Amino acid sequence: MVIAKAGMDGHDRGAKVVARVLRDAGFEVIYTGLYQTPESIVATALQEDADAVGISVLSAAHKHVFSETAREMRQQGLDDVILFGGGIIPPGDVEWLEQQGVRRLFLPGTSGPEIVAWLQQAVSAQRASGSGG
Amino acid sequence: MEGPEEHSSLAALLDRALAGDGRSAARLMTLLESDVDATPAIMSRIYPLAGHAQVIGVTGPPGAGKSSLVDKLAAAFRAQGKTVGIVAVDPSSPFTGGALLGDRIRMQGRFSDPGVFIRSMASRGQPGGLAKASQNVVALMAATGKDTVIIETVGVGQEEIDVVRVADTTVVVLVPGLGDAVQTMKAGLLEAADVFAVNKADYEGAERLVKDLELMLHLGSSGSAWSPPIVKTIATEGSGVDQLVGSLAGHFDYLQGSGEYLKRRRRAAVAEIDGVLRGQLMSAIARRVPAFDVYASQVAERKCDPYTAADRILRESGLTAEGLG
Ligand SMILES: Nc1nc2c(ncn2[C@@H]2O[C@H](COP(=O)(O)OP(=O)(O)OP(=O)(O)O)[C@@H](O)[C@H]2O)c(=O)[nH]1
Ligand SMILES: [Mg+2]
Repeated sequence: MVIAKAGMDGHDRGAKVVARVLRDAGFEVIYTGLYQTPESIVATALQEDADAVGISVLSAAHKHVFSETAREMRQQGLDDVILFGGGIIPPGDVEWLEQQGVRRLFLPGTSGPEIVAWLQQAVSAQRASGSGG
Repeated sequence: MEGPEEHSSLAALLDRALAGDGRSAARLMTLLESDVDATPAIMSRIYPLAGHAQVIGVTGPPGAGKSSLVDKLAAAFRAQGKTVGIVAVDPSSPFTGGALLGDRIRMQGRFSDPGVFIRSMASRGQPGGLAKASQNVVALMAATGKDTVIIETVGVGQEEIDVVRVADTTVVVLVPGLGDAVQTMKAGLLEAADVFAVNKADYEGAERLVKDLELMLHLGSSGSAWSPPIVKTIATEGSGVDQLVGSLAGHFDYLQGSGEYLKRRRRAAVAEIDGVLRGQLMSAIARRVPAFDVYASQVAERKCDPYTAADRILRESGLTAEGLG
């Protein structure tokens, strides 16, 4: 039984490792490869009817990528899709990003099981409150 | 069964999807993958609308370049002004039910094109379920107006090959270096081919593979009016793709000109009904015969043979008074 799908931008091995950890936990993970734009990430999430979108950003563009993705998701009506992410993000930016609509950011050093547990919980809560889908 | 409220929300979802809303179509695809109760209502609405699309199956060994080729085919169809649906099927792990679906990595050029809709699917370990669900998703893509629907699947097991049965035209993608593997390859895979793509033609051995295939086709020719053309391609560069598109069009013309199209449609219809009927019979039996598991244990312990067990289960189900004897 599927719990979630995540479109993932992998600028690194990190995204692939997380994708594999989620697969092994029973998630169906759509891996999109490198160099995704906010528009392409959201188009993928829409077509795949994803429960969650995870983005890994290692560059300094993290603020732009996350906030634009969140904005594009709202515009496409994907308000109920969980946006989360990881990468090298200055701790000082986390609060701002969460205000933009990123539900959770995992900083380097987070363990796989921690991500899995959080996502399972977040997805089932979202489904319980969801729009009948 | 669904209540009236759910029913009307399903009808509304169908209305929106058929009016061109992608999000609603994506939701319906999820239902087709996972909700056996919603599936009949969806199918009865979309099936009559799904007849006009050309459905192309692309299969072959892992890593042959199927996704790269699908990407280039989609671009070529878009250049002809056609809209394209892509269904990329990957097996999921039978152990965790999880899956890592990577076909999109090679299709990035299509992501921002509103004329292309890509959907990834995993099998979720239900035997036979994958072929049925992916056929239904193909029908939904066609019903929502896609002119061409491409379905990609790894040609390893019977179930994966069954996935492309729904296609009008099937491309089998092979690569050099398989060597003598052509002779020993799963018979079902080669027989599924209407067109062969010898991809990675930039690698050594492409010519040899073409020769091997020609020999095999020559020896195995059954007097059919269609002999699968062999096209050399380099998917990463797009070379050979125009010839491949030409061969696909040629096969489609052949199908329609020869009456083979209707014959295939009929064969596919029998298989579709068969699949649905089996599913319904099995779930009706499971509902009526709570002791199904007990029979399974008895057969496992060789206290009973499967024929006797099936006969008893049928009698007990009340679906026939006499069993099938
Ligand atoms: N040299 C060369 N490499 C190619 C060609 N076509 C594809 N590739 C590469 O082969 C690898 C696999 O390509 P994919 O398109 O993902 O192959 P696939 O058959 O879809 O793979 P699976 O879906 O995993 O079975 C990638 O690294 C491609 O870049 C080609 O014509 N020549
Ligand atoms: Mg592929």
